[in-house]
Amino acid sequence: MKQQNIVLFIGGIIFGFGLAYGNMSKPEIVLSFLQRTDFGLAVLMAAGFAFAFVAINIVPRFIDKPILGGEFKRRERTLGKNTIIGAIVFGVGWGLSGLCPGAAISSVGVGNLPALAGIAAMFLGAYVMGRYFS
Amino acid sequence: MFPLGLTSYIIGGAFIGLAVAFVYILTGIHATQSTFFTSTLSYFVKRPYFQRETNLKSREWRLFFAAGVMLGALIYTLTISPDGFWVTSIPLWRLIVGGFLVGFGTRLSSGCTSGHGISGVASLSTTSVYAVLTFIATGMITVYILGVLGI
Repeated sequence: MKQQNIVLFIGGIIFGFGLAYGNMSKPEIVLSFLQRTDFGLAVLMAAGFAFAFVAINIVPRFIDKPILGGEFKRRERTLGKNTIIGAIVFGVGWGLSGLCPGAAISSVGVGNLPALAGIAAMFLGAYVMGRYFS
Repeated sequence: MFPLGLTSYIIGGAFIGLAVAFVYILTGIHATQSTFFTSTLSYFVKRPYFQRETNLKSREWRLFFAAGVMLGALIYTLTISPDGFWVTSIPLWRLIVGGFLVGFGTRLSSGCTSGHGISGVASLSTTSVYAVLTFIATGMITVYILGVLGI
């Protein structure tokens, strides 16, 4: 197996463990955040942000490239109409289902098999976007 | 504000951030989620949008990453989870209609809760900040409207 795939697989395990630990794999918890009855997910995002911030902004000051090769590059996207329209559509879907992509995948791991229907629908949505709107 | 306390949220978020940091420091890759749909579709759909180089270059690791995410949640459920296997009570139609909009919207916006929310914001990208504020706001409005309609 390629080194890169092993790293991403292990990273995925840690990521999915965190999503389940932080209750984000439960759509009900996501909805309680969007209902403004439990702001825990904002705390979860802040904790995730802290580690990612250090890795992306501080670590590259001490090592000039990633340990296994490649390059350090911030994740930047140009702000366009589609960024916002897409985010609006995503938000509506998030509010309806309580699912976002990573949380839906982890939800299957906690035994929530109906999330598979949500994932199938996400594939269809991604297909329709790429097929007709790109 | 925090009926379930803060501990699980802080620890869960720390694991998510650690995963992103681990992958980035080793490979320079931003471990994000929603491109997974487009990059996996590139195995089957030959149209140029799906065959973009970024999709072809990342589609393999994105499959490994997604498999890991599912396994990590399963490991949590089988070990320290207080409630074991768990199934949502949200109606299936909401998962399907919502899922469709999530797939469409995240791809149009080039990012989701993880790509914009964690990696983008941690990259200090203003684009991602606007995207996050937008999807949280429309998510809240959607839930509010559903509540008013009694759905």
